[in-house]
Amino acid sequence: MLDLDRYTSLGAALSDALDRWPNETCLIEADRERERTRLTYSDFKQMAAPLARALQDAELRSGDRAAIIMTNQSKWLISAYAILQSGGVLVPLDYKLTAGEHLQLLAHSRTKFMVIEYHLWRAITQDPEFNNHKIKIVLVTEAPPSAELRGGYRWEEFRRKGDPSLISRKRQDAACIVYSSGTGGRPKGCVLTHENYLEQCKSLTAWYPFWPGVRYLSILPTNHAIDFMVGFIGPFVCGACVVHLRTLRPEFVRDAFVRYRITYVSLVPMVLKNLEHGLRSNFDALPGIKRWVLNLMISINKALTRKRPNVELSRKLLGQVHTAFGGQLLAMFTGGAFIDPQTLRFFYELGIPVANGYGLTEACTVLTLNDLKPFRADTVGKPLPGVELRILNPDADAVGEVAAHSKTIMSHYLDDPELTTETIVDGWLLTGDLGRLEANGHLQLLGRKKNMIVTEGGKNIYPEDIESAFDGLAVKEYCVFAANYVWPKKELGGEMLVLVLRLEQNQEFADSLKNEIVSRNRRLPDFKRVTGYVIWDKDFLRTASLKIKRNDLAHELGSSLERSAVKEL
Amino acid sequence: MQTQQKTLDEVLDLAAVQFKVPRQSLSPDDDFFKKLGIDSLQALSLLTRLEQHFNIELPDYEMQGVSDFRTLAERIQTRL
Repeated sequence: MLDLDRYTSLGAALSDALDRWPNETCLIEADRERERTRLTYSDFKQMAAPLARALQDAELRSGDRAAIIMTNQSKWLISAYAILQSGGVLVPLDYKLTAGEHLQLLAHSRTKFMVIEYHLWRAITQDPEFNNHKIKIVLVTEAPPSAELRGGYRWEEFRRKGDPSLISRKRQDAACIVYSSGTGGRPKGCVLTHENYLEQCKSLTAWYPFWPGVRYLSILPTNHAIDFMVGFIGPFVCGACVVHLRTLRPEFVRDAFVRYRITYVSLVPMVLKNLEHGLRSNFDALPGIKRWVLNLMISINKALTRKRPNVELSRKLLGQVHTAFGGQLLAMFTGGAFIDPQTLRFFYELGIPVANGYGLTEACTVLTLNDLKPFRADTVGKPLPGVELRILNPDADAVGEVAAHSKTIMSHYLDDPELTTETIVDGWLLTGDLGRLEANGHLQLLGRKKNMIVTEGGKNIYPEDIESAFDGLAVKEYCVFAANYVWPKKELGGEMLVLVLRLEQNQEFADSLKNEIVSRNRRLPDFKRVTGYVIWDKDFLRTASLKIKRNDLAHELGSSLERSAVKEL
Repeated sequence: MQTQQKTLDEVLDLAAVQFKVPRQSLSPDDDFFKKLGIDSLQALSLLTRLEQHFNIELPDYEMQGVSDFRTLAERIQTRL
């Protein structure tokens, strides 16, 4: 691994990595059964250099913002490196947002350069706001030969001869602007510095090292903080390899474990549960004696790995299970949303450790992680090296808001000093999550203080962001809350969004209104939909500027209505 | 090229087989997440069956934002 203390920027570290392991494979990209790309570090450098040169000739200047909107693929990482090498600030956007949301965040981040896949660019060009965009250069990947690019350039042709410069950046300079939420009026653009990333990479690899030959399966979107770190920066500064899949259908993901003999993978709880379900079905289908032997082997493995994992031993005891995962898997990482401890135990007992962690975009990637010494299914692990945690205002059960102090805490929210001041107090990040610290350092997460949910697919959903879907609804007023924010409970799970309706005087909740709500709700992506509604019989509390006083309203709702008053949509 | 209606019927037939529900219980405008009680990952698994049947390739992004059979059939129809 490179000595990251020697570097002041991601561009400089990555540049050295490309020279350090020229013959090692750094990227594999597969589409279904077909392998589309296999690059060594040397190949990667040769592909990135003409792009970086062309970007620099197009006057991408140090500190200029450059967005990437792409699914996971090799061009994502090549473009990101070319931008970082040129001193640009990367703005990785979620490719699952709508075209309108993309344009909103591109405007908010004042993006000057952008790399985007053709189908996403086509959607943006059809948006009513398209003509207002101020992006200087748009590079479109994989556009069909006859495609009209509406001012964009073909990524594949945007190349210049000549060595690009490596533009130096200071550790405290911005490396990325990552949106943790906020398409609903108050975008939360986390400005993360080179130091944040270099320190995060050091701490993560201290517990889970990469080395040449390690293969990381990149399934989470690369725009997401976790994959950007564990599926790009981490492997690259260690000479390891990243495997991308162009389709994330379960059957192809399972096949990739075997085909590419994967070492590490990060998964959202939904995918982990899908894998568990598949394995359990296979186990249930075994004839009696084989099932008995399997259970015996699981029991032996469980007894012998109680204190720490022993992957070699587990592979011998449960060979067929490990072969189905490629035979080289060391650990799977998960986090973000509630995950059933039974699922974590299920895999651990098979000798496949799942390291559950906890982090926020505001803290770069990860604050705590399970170190497997011993494995714990009921916590989100211990603070990584360099991370300090505190529980603020603990109650009688020692539960309070989790605050974090670390070199990985973001610099600020872009253009929002007020929110920055509320969120980072005396250098401590107030996470808005409720937890309890055990004497042995493990953190238990027990709920949220903030009005948001995290889906099983790992998406942070802020209720305010989806209220516009119900604009013009024929009621006096409405708003959306996270149910656990209104009716707090000391556990995660069961997270859902609730639409609160205040009807006009004498208005009844007619079927036509319900149908309209159902119809509007369906236009939202499935992970953003509200699950239920309540009718509220008082006017919403509002500020002098007529904004809803959400905290007060939530308190009023929670103390007047039971959770059972929520009706399913 | 086959008609949109035929494509839609075939999508419904295949979904019924994939998720083991009676064909007559499915309607074109059903929200398949709700109707079938599936998550987005399970919905993706339907795509492979559809690809084989229609002999096309459907990128994952074609499923983005799609939650009813009619829209899914429309996306397939454009690739036939």
